[in-house]
Amino acid sequence: MRPPVDLGLPTAPRGVGNLRGDRTFARAAAEAVSDRQLRSNLQGATSTIRGKRARAVAELDDWEGLRAAGAAIKDEALANLESYLVQLESQIIARGGAVHWARDADEANSIVTSLVQEAGASEVVKVKSMATQEIGLNEALEAAGIAAWETDLAELIVQLAHDKPSHILVPAIHLNRHEIREIFQREMGKAGLPAPPGVTDDPAALAEAARLHLREKFLRARVAISGANFAVAETGTVVVVESEGNGRMCLTLPQTLITVMGIEKVVPKWSDLEVFLQLLPRSSTGERMNPSTSMWSGVSAGDGPQQFHLVLLDNGRTATLADPGGRTALRCIRCSACLNECPVYERVGGHAYGSIYSGPIGAVLSPQLTGVEDNATLPFASTLCGACYDVCPVAIDIPTMLVHLRARVVESKSSHLPTTEASAMRGLSWVMSDSTRWRVLLRLSRTGRLLGRRGRIRMRLPFLARWTAARDLPVPPKQSFIDWWSAR
Amino acid sequence: MTARDVVLDRIRQANASTPVPDTARAYRQAGDDATSVEVLVDLFVDRLREYGAGVSLSSRLRAARAVTDALNRHVVASVVIPDGLPPDLCPLGRHWLADDPILNVSELDAIDAVVTSSAVSVAETGTIILDAGPGMGRRALTLLPDLHVVVVRESVLVRGVPEALRRLDPARPLTWISGPSATSDIELNRVEGVHGPRRLEVIIVGD
Repeated sequence: MRPPVDLGLPTAPRGVGNLRGDRTFARAAAEAVSDRQLRSNLQGATSTIRGKRARAVAELDDWEGLRAAGAAIKDEALANLESYLVQLESQIIARGGAVHWARDADEANSIVTSLVQEAGASEVVKVKSMATQEIGLNEALEAAGIAAWETDLAELIVQLAHDKPSHILVPAIHLNRHEIREIFQREMGKAGLPAPPGVTDDPAALAEAARLHLREKFLRARVAISGANFAVAETGTVVVVESEGNGRMCLTLPQTLITVMGIEKVVPKWSDLEVFLQLLPRSSTGERMNPSTSMWSGVSAGDGPQQFHLVLLDNGRTATLADPGGRTALRCIRCSACLNECPVYERVGGHAYGSIYSGPIGAVLSPQLTGVEDNATLPFASTLCGACYDVCPVAIDIPTMLVHLRARVVESKSSHLPTTEASAMRGLSWVMSDSTRWRVLLRLSRTGRLLGRRGRIRMRLPFLARWTAARDLPVPPKQSFIDWWSAR
Repeated sequence: MTARDVVLDRIRQANASTPVPDTARAYRQAGDDATSVEVLVDLFVDRLREYGAGVSLSSRLRAARAVTDALNRHVVASVVIPDGLPPDLCPLGRHWLADDPILNVSELDAIDAVVTSSAVSVAETGTIILDAGPGMGRRALTLLPDLHVVVVRESVLVRGVPEALRRLDPARPLTWISGPSATSDIELNRVEGVHGPRRLEVIIVGD
């Protein structure tokens, strides 16, 4: 597929947020692969969730129909994105909410910071939101002297540990219970209610410590910040799907609620939720339904926040939308089923991808949001096995998209000095374009038989060192097909 | 140009030559199914028991008794009941609080239990949906007390998610409850009862 005509739509800016790593995937992965604790945790986690997902999906005999509908609804929403966003905005305003538009991460951070300051608050409670991690909101708030308390257990753990999340659904999977207890004992008291002195490393005891520590914050919070799983254009309804109940706390108790949402999360009609509320819980946690889902439209008198602000975020989504071969990545409902199926992810974990969006979806979304030059190695972080495509609830054809993005990476590099690969391709192209040259090359390659044993060349070849470090080649035959044919 | 203008303009450019796809619906639609109430109740009970909710069935006449028994199964010193819960569903022989004047957060935090009805409940997934209407109250009432007793009338029970959405009013704040709050964030070890009520008692009442 040819790369798109470059419309020059801006991508997510550098210097802010968490969409870029500081190393190539290959380097980061090499380190991760040798971390035994991480690999063991990941393998346990992903294999368990895979099993649950499979059972939950097998229960429904209309699963494929739901997948197809999910894909189609999302595609239609994206094709008419302008009118649905305008409709969503007017519905929310009609119900007493406010809507703000952010071209990029910096603008979104600035809008949210101002809203918090206008509410007169110096601290906020947060429900887990990948969009806010994407833009680096916590850092921006802290720079303005506003404390942002994460309330999802795993995000709380990661925040107290001054670490980064490593999985979309279970962000602290890279830490074991001993480490978590140590983090709680060391850090909870600095952030609020300390952990009970004799707290054990039993997960239930740790969760109870977190419950008490966070309850104090929930009860005094005046401003909450959330993300959104869906927003219905027809009715102005925002939907948050969760398991722990911290969502309900943040969405109900404070006076002011600010929701940051990527523009691709809008769905056209109320009835469309019947598809996504079946696809999402079964794909993400392998449950028929998650423990709690909250839905609200604007503001309700006497119930919950009396100030509601929706911040709509672009930050590279329109650039992604512009590529016909890449835009279906915007269907993603952030279930993380692809992460749990991916053999590469299982062995390296999320940090190796550098971006907050990791695993198969991260490999196609991150380079599009930032521009392929900045996440150039991610489309290559795959064996193209296609397991991700099989489980994606909205049928994103990730393998095809990876190949398409590899082509875009190569195209973006060809404007610079030729790489070794480019020179080799040109050389080979010259030889193959003439039958005499080609036959000479084939005869010369027979000397490669000297390098082989029992039909395989296993050594590393000097000019193809990285390629042959992990691959064997068959030994060239005694006689090329052309020579054999012409001798008959 | 405002940020809004810029973003909408970018979308227009990106979509300039995009065909609009067809949205076929090949999954089970609302109303495709005519399951009997008895089967729905059985399915619902099965799901509730699976996630550890207390479950009892009662006739309408004996519902107040069932609510009282549900409360007495736990240590409950104080109960709040939202405006609009039918009197014949209210507990017998104990004092309960109304949300009038409006209870503040500390007062609510000190209350042990809340009794409500449900707007719609979904049998297939064991989901109880509240819409902040009469008998359910504002959302904070069902969030802070540790025990939530819900009376689910058979007439609000539907088969699956598509049917539920048809019955709900999207303008109201909605809370969908399908089990105790839970986390598997620590070593994938499932812990139940994190935030919100840690105990749920469901009483299914014939109309």
